Amino acid sequence: MKNYVIIGGGIASLGCVDGIRSADSDGKITMICDESFPPYARPLISYYLEDKTTIEKMQYRSDDFYKEKNVDVVLGSSVTKIDKNSVITEDGKEYKYDKLLAATGSSPFVPPIKGMDSVEKKFTFMTIDDTLALEKSIDASSKILIVGAGLIGLKCAEGLKDKVDKIVVCDLADKVLSSILDKECADMVQRNIEESGIEFMLSDSVDEFKGNTAVMKSGASVDFDVLVMAVGVRPNTALLKDIGAEVNRGVVVDDRMATTVDNIYAAGDVVESNDITSDTKKIMAILPNAYMGGFCAGVNMADGKDAFDNQIPMNSIGFFGYHIMTAGSYDGELYEEKNGDSIKKLYIKDNRLIGFIILGKVDKTGIYTSLIRNKTPLDTIDFDAIKKNPSLLPFSSDYRRKNLGGVL
Amino acid sequence: MRKIYVNEKWCLGCHLCEYNCAFAGTGKANMSLALKDKAIYPKIRVEDDGKIMYALSCRHCDDAICVKSCISGALSKEDGVVKIDKDKCIGCLTCVLVCPYGALVQNENKAVTKCQLCTDNSCGEPACVKGCPNNAIVFEERD
Repeated sequence: MKNYVIIGGGIASLGCVDGIRSADSDGKITMICDESFPPYARPLISYYLEDKTTIEKMQYRSDDFYKEKNVDVVLGSSVTKIDKNSVITEDGKEYKYDKLLAATGSSPFVPPIKGMDSVEKKFTFMTIDDTLALEKSIDASSKILIVGAGLIGLKCAEGLKDKVDKIVVCDLADKVLSSILDKECADMVQRNIEESGIEFMLSDSVDEFKGNTAVMKSGASVDFDVLVMAVGVRPNTALLKDIGAEVNRGVVVDDRMATTVDNIYAAGDVVESNDITSDTKKIMAILPNAYMGGFCAGVNMADGKDAFDNQIPMNSIGFFGYHIMTAGSYDGELYEEKNGDSIKKLYIKDNRLIGFIILGKVDKTGIYTSLIRNKTPLDTIDFDAIKKNPSLLPFSSDYRRKNLGGVL
Repeated sequence: MRKIYVNEKWCLGCHLCEYNCAFAGTGKANMSLALKDKAIYPKIRVEDDGKIMYALSCRHCDDAICVKSCISGALSKEDGVVKIDKDKCIGCLTCVLVCPYGALVQNENKAVTKCQLCTDNSCGEPACVKGCPNNAIVFEERD
């Protein structure tokens, strides 16, 4: 019987359990989580602040799941060392493994800023513990400064909006969501968020904190009660580096999610993988890829055969009911439609759809995502019809017969 | 397992399946009283370009990418049926981003709703199938 050890309590770990159990129902699985919860819906921490979910509902799977899958879940324990056949936790315990998944995730990056020590209430926004601490520190009169207008910073702003007096979000970039939006779309999203009363200071950054005042590079100053640092995240690669795994920005894995060290696999925020829309290695720290990468790793750890070779960056995110969907790379020929608050931009290169930004009306966007992931040659479908109106109608009758259900 | 299949040659494009679907969840006895003057959010939708028409609903994929992608843990697969836990869904629409068929839709509360083969109501067999006047929608085993 095999010994599987999984480091990390995120969604990649959960995918790995499902992957292992699809190929091996007997092996012993130990999941070591440094947080005090089994895998939970991490992106929902902002919805918790908004009272749209609870800690209980955020548990990704029921307690029964771990019993049914026969997983030994160790909570609140950090792994300090990976050896060749075992891992060691901070309390000195040793867990032997035949196959290991290192789903060590990422951590908030907090840049050194002068005077940071003088800020009394400062938080990052990544975990349930962060969220509960932030929740405790605010009241209806609080003024919040959020450094970082990326996904984390903006979702935090939305979550806090109705519970505090004022929110200012600053970012060094000249636009919100700079990693996934172009300027035109970012401006549209920003205007929609501003309607809720959230204020922005873009192309500006904090030069120095003087207690509860941030002195900005532009010379402006912002008074606040609570600071949230949401500049970005860094992959937790240290354990894998120490055992000799190849690490660039993230841990290098092949399509089987194997690292360069025998018997050690990795998935989730810690890895860099191939983005098929640009054929470049990058960290795609998004939940669907974490699950799918973890699942693929699990199958291979259990001596099955699986490859995760169609990874793309993709996001679906909404602010105050306004939806944003993005995927792939923004390169090649552009097809665009604009209609009121809705924008659709599709990027076409070498007879393939390789990316999109869609704001507002997002129905059936999965049809585009599927064209990207499957590298569908656009001359095999009626793309002129699909680009205007995503549906299965412009596909061939054979395609529909095959995909919608067998022989008719 | 038995699933819903459509025959596009027989579909009349009448949209009755959409009304039967919306009605199935109401628990009321009379369709016109239940749905009159109300916006409906059916989980089966007719696609129609004037020449081709058919009804589209969740395929309950073997390898369901919506379940793998759900950020809230609301989607799961039970006995072959892709199910949604309405209490857990927060309406992020990641499933809409990934579904290759465009089969997931928003309901009146902006959360996602989807076909669960009428296992979530008291219809017994899927209401769209029972109500289809031309047998263009069937519920059968094909795997």
